[in-house]
Amino acid sequence: MKLSVKRLMGATAAAALSLGIGAGAQAASHSDTFKIGLVTFLSGGAAESFGVPALNGGKLLIDMLNKGELPAPYDQKGFGGMTIEAVEIDEAGGATKQVQEFRNLVQREKVDAVLGYVSSGDCLAVPPVAEELKAFLVLYDCGTPRVFEEGSYNYVFRTAAHATMDNVSLAKYMTSRGIKVDSYAGVNQDYAWGQDSWADSVASMGVLMPDAKASTALFPKIFAGQYGTEISAVMREKPDLLHSSLWGGDLQAFMLQASARGIHKRMRIALAAGDHVIPQLGKKMPDGIILGARGMNGLAARAKGGELVDLLWDRYKAAYGVFPVQAPFRMWQGLLGVKSAVEKAMKANGGMKPTAEQMAAAMKGLSWEAPSGTITMALGNGHQAIQPNAIGTTKWDEAAGEMTLVDVEYYDAECVNPPDGVKAVEWIKAGFPGAKCD
Amino acid sequence: MDLLLVILVDGLIYGAWLFIISVGLTLVFGVLGILNLAHGSLYAIGAYATATAVGIYFAYGGDAFPLGSYIVMAFSALLVAVVIAPILERGLLRHFYHRDEVIGVLVTYGVFLILEDAIKLIWGVDPLFVYEPYDLLGMVEAGPLFYVAYDFLVIAVSAVTGFAVWYFLNRTRRGKVMLAVIHDREMSQTMGVNVDKVFLLAFGTGVFLAAFGGALTAPMISVSPGIGVNVIIVAFAVIIIGGLGSIEGAALGAVMVGISRAASVHLMPELELFIIYFVMAVVLFFRPEGIFVRTQTRKI
Amino acid sequence: MKALSDIRITTALALVVLVGGGQLLPDWALFLMTIALAKGLVSLGIVMQMRAGLVSFGQGLFFCIGAYVSGLMANFTGVTDIFLLTALAVLACLAVGGAFGPLLANYRGIFFAMLSLSLSMILYGVLSKMNSLGGTDGLNVAAPTFAGYAPEGRDLSMTLYLYTVVIVVFIGAMLRTGFDSQHGLVSLAIRSNELRVEYLGASVRRTNAINYVISAVLGGIGGVITGLAIGHVDPEYAYWTTSGEFVFVAILAGYLSIPAVFVASIILELVRSFSNLYFPNTWQMVLGVFLLVIILALPNGLGSLFQRRREGGS
Repeated sequence: MKLSVKRLMGATAAAALSLGIGAGAQAASHSDTFKIGLVTFLSGGAAESFGVPALNGGKLLIDMLNKGELPAPYDQKGFGGMTIEAVEIDEAGGATKQVQEFRNLVQREKVDAVLGYVSSGDCLAVPPVAEELKAFLVLYDCGTPRVFEEGSYNYVFRTAAHATMDNVSLAKYMTSRGIKVDSYAGVNQDYAWGQDSWADSVASMGVLMPDAKASTALFPKIFAGQYGTEISAVMREKPDLLHSSLWGGDLQAFMLQASARGIHKRMRIALAAGDHVIPQLGKKMPDGIILGARGMNGLAARAKGGELVDLLWDRYKAAYGVFPVQAPFRMWQGLLGVKSAVEKAMKANGGMKPTAEQMAAAMKGLSWEAPSGTITMALGNGHQAIQPNAIGTTKWDEAAGEMTLVDVEYYDAECVNPPDGVKAVEWIKAGFPGAKCD
Repeated sequence: MDLLLVILVDGLIYGAWLFIISVGLTLVFGVLGILNLAHGSLYAIGAYATATAVGIYFAYGGDAFPLGSYIVMAFSALLVAVVIAPILERGLLRHFYHRDEVIGVLVTYGVFLILEDAIKLIWGVDPLFVYEPYDLLGMVEAGPLFYVAYDFLVIAVSAVTGFAVWYFLNRTRRGKVMLAVIHDREMSQTMGVNVDKVFLLAFGTGVFLAAFGGALTAPMISVSPGIGVNVIIVAFAVIIIGGLGSIEGAALGAVMVGISRAASVHLMPELELFIIYFVMAVVLFFRPEGIFVRTQTRKI
Repeated sequence: MKALSDIRITTALALVVLVGGGQLLPDWALFLMTIALAKGLVSLGIVMQMRAGLVSFGQGLFFCIGAYVSGLMANFTGVTDIFLLTALAVLACLAVGGAFGPLLANYRGIFFAMLSLSLSMILYGVLSKMNSLGGTDGLNVAAPTFAGYAPEGRDLSMTLYLYTVVIVVFIGAMLRTGFDSQHGLVSLAIRSNELRVEYLGASVRRTNAINYVISAVLGGIGGVITGLAIGHVDPEYAYWTTSGEFVFVAILAGYLSIPAVFVASIILELVRSFSNLYFPNTWQMVLGVFLLVIILALPNGLGSLFQRRREGGS
């Protein structure tokens, strides 16, 4: 008997000891600093294309904000004079892990806000926890419309438009540029992002080009890397258009393998989110590819210009040696949104550090200027942003030795996003009722 | 008829690639009894080393003799094997030969985690590209389609590799010694075989084959973090189907998976995600230890 | 008689320590403990099979089924009662485990591991394809209620923790008794030599199948609690890396001691949580080094520490 008690005591002592280490690590939050958790992919397949560029862009902007280097209305240092302190967390590891990490950020690290999440699964899993903990959470990147269509939150916001506009804009681009499409095929990854993207695309084409036929729809595994069979299958079908929402290493591999087999000479290729592979692929990205950037980001924003875009573009390029693509642009609009909300809340409460409630109240329905255009919290009862979009066609500029985007078409936010209270898929199928296009 | 041909060609191309990435895994398991979960990371390191080396080759006048890049690729894989194999085998794995197979899986899982971050520390997260060797041989018209000639080079290299490994094991003295060790480690030791040396050689060959798979793949992909993860699981499936430790099995498994996958993409694309597990489950159902089973002594 | 009272006292003590200790824990640690104990249950299922020399790499199958029971019931029927959900998860896992158990009982070693893994991966594939169930993004799960009691905030965390503690302690006690029973001892004998066991007249297949079904049930309970605590389920629950983590905890603990399984599970959660914070770029490396050090330093798992002391004392 004695022995088993001893055994148990050993176990509990070990547990208590290991927990004790954690309890000591709690950090106090001061009123002259604003602690923000930045969660994005630092490892795995999404690190290179989304996570690390976004984090780099975020660190750059935070540094510039802390030094007060931005033009008005963002010229106040940090967030309303408070120095911004970032806590980085790797998003790799799945939604279960992210829920735990989020709790740790809020309850253990006592962050004032969390800005993060690229993966749709994480964006669905974390908000209920933020709500439970009454913590200010801003989703900056993920695409699924489900977050605010299926849920309603007080403390959760998304500063980027959901993925619906990507494929609506692509279909609009086909019609407005007079691209003839009798049939189209799709190569999309076999997970929610790819499946939704293809469904939106088929629905949009059904409204705008009712005569075009959807032929084969292929769904390779995410991170498959080998697309030889898919390319053969598409070539056999001979569609006029190939739609793909592949991203990152998968898109780069697909483009290398497809262009080596001359697929781009036989059909038009439309990439819903393809801008971010241009810096890496360079000349290996063929001319004439129709390209979206999930917003007026990257090359499309550069083409439009503006004080904020030019400043951040140059600083980013100087710091990291490549131009910023969609990921840093979305991080920037998220950070500037939080800054606007914090400063608005401080105006209302007399300059105190705002609470989560005050920040949430300030952010609801807010509208602010970002490098990617005007961001408006128009959907999900003032919690979900809409933003303008742009689609263009690739063209290699031999003289400058860089890829450019030509025939760029810009779309107003209200033209390619559903009105509040309407589900995205139903809005498309109904023929875009209430869309305001110029 | 065309469709059948296309499925066959696509299946063979994919199967050849599968064989290259899985043959080293089955060899290492056969000799060392360790199912190496870090195989995918070694593949990734091979791809990274190749991307770096070929990049340097073309930066310093390789354009004069572009075919030389193929030699650079092979040497990159060899270099990876020479550097990494002794560290892993002598430093770590030999402590676990007498332990349960599952412990080996966990140990190599730890190695996998370490190598994944090590790759990131060495090469960063920005992708590397070495598409020169991929475009070098031009295109081939096959039936209604165009293929990249490099794909057929992969089939050829894969066949040669498979034959070389088979020849080494069955027709050379060293190879036969290795087979003896596979069959009965203790008996070979009593007969005067330097088992340590055999293990190092086998593991080194395994690392080389993994890295060589990465080297061959590097020109057609974006060499970026996470490329090794997907490889492990398909390579596992292939060698489980074929029978662990069997070279012929790996070849048959690779072709079976390759053709099943090609057929599913062309005929029933919605099944592609689990076709590989489906083939594995069916084979294991009828042949619980894979198609080619090693004879095992039962100890009473 | 002596053995029985021994377990009773251990059980009572474990309850007192865990329940009392829970009151002192900060919120984040309470949550971490709940998850660690729930996942520990899944690993305990593997430990149970390990005693007969089998290691399942597909325990994610049952973990996932349990979690989806909570997710589906909450979303499609509105049932949030934790007792009912747990019972349903147990039934679902009994059914699935009962169907596969006898089949898998024919397999040994790495083949058993890999076949169980492929079953789990097939579930992963099917769930990823089911858009009506949220596909790869999964489903959110409503907070549990406890026979009509619907707490919020810390009360919710605490109630869920206590529920988990009670289940864990009682299952632990039952398994301890089971390990020392005839069935448990036959399992150990199979580990050392299954042919002899057959010659002695015990059925190896039957023993393995029973172990598999029990571990399926443990996986389901762990899954239902984790799903409810996290508030979200997705196919990742059945992915091979999830199963691998359970195996890691089982190996870390060894097959000698039951409390060791939960201690190992808590340690893993702590290491992971802090390494991600302090080494956001190299947390995998930290985890890998930790794993290697443990396996090298404690060949028979944490449990061997307790066991050694036990043998030394007697």
